Amino acid sequence: MATTSEDKARIARQFIEAIPFSKALRMHLDEIGEGLAAISMPYDAALVGDPRTGVIHGGAVSALMDTCGGAAVMSHADAPAGTATIDLRIDYMRPATPGQRIVARAECYHVTRSVAFVRAQAFDEDETRPVAAATGAFTIEQARTPERAP
Amino acid sequence: MSRPRPEPVHLIKQRRDAALSALVDGVPYIRTMGITFDRRGDELTGVLNYDDKLIGNPFLPALHGGATAAFLETTAIIELSFQILWDEIESGRLEGGALTPETLPRLPKTIDFTVDYLRSGLPRDAYARARVNRSGRRYASVHVEAWQDNRSRLFAQATGHFLMPGRPG
Repeated sequence: MATTSEDKARIARQFIEAIPFSKALRMHLDEIGEGLAAISMPYDAALVGDPRTGVIHGGAVSALMDTCGGAAVMSHADAPAGTATIDLRIDYMRPATPGQRIVARAECYHVTRSVAFVRAQAFDEDETRPVAAATGAFTIEQARTPERAP
Repeated sequence: MSRPRPEPVHLIKQRRDAALSALVDGVPYIRTMGITFDRRGDELTGVLNYDDKLIGNPFLPALHGGATAAFLETTAIIELSFQILWDEIESGRLEGGALTPETLPRLPKTIDFTVDYLRSGLPRDAYARARVNRSGRRYASVHVEAWQDNRSRLFAQATGHFLMPGRPG
């Protein structure tokens, strides 16, 4: 029985909502499906990296981007199961405004038999100027008994 | 010619440790992540103290890639900051009591950070050391390596570029 894209989105949602680290950072899966994902994270004093300005630590934005990238891969039609990050580059374009929710949007734009390529952006409430951008490569985990390609 | 008598060891250690804890303790996210630093002279080792909340894949289980990235980035920034401060710490210009998160110079800002995940992080403590490959007036390039059980079996490495903090005066 083939899994539909709704099944994929549901499985990915269940998986992502069960991740302890994402829960600790109070991440919320806003949208998922067809290789696209949006995950947001509320502002929290525990995530501050610069106590003088109250700006969120880059590492918290990295965690959001990584989770969102993984979610985009899991929801892609050609990704059979789970995924893991191979590499992720993040460009920090400006400090996120303190007090504002951060949302990451990721797109899995190409998939081979072994690798998924992802790009992502993160925004605060100003959706015209990204806070950060990311590009990454993720693994495509093969099912336990791989069927031979014809 | 006689050299000046070296300072008592406890004063030197106290001043170095005070500078390090002023850098680390004021940052809420470092506390949230459970990251601490071991110091031997000017050599710093970041420690990611294991906690269940750091898990990213509960089925393996494995550390979250985002937790690993944050650990590497924090280690890189603290190493770079400690190196920037080192001469002032050693000359005694930064004095013990004056070292608070409010009085310290600003931290370097991350321009970009690239993490290379080599194997999955196991559910236990992780360690990291950073090397400043280039530290100029405006930009710095830092490489950082992380391991768990064996120093030679890295589970992640990263390179980042940083904007150096502006120094008043």
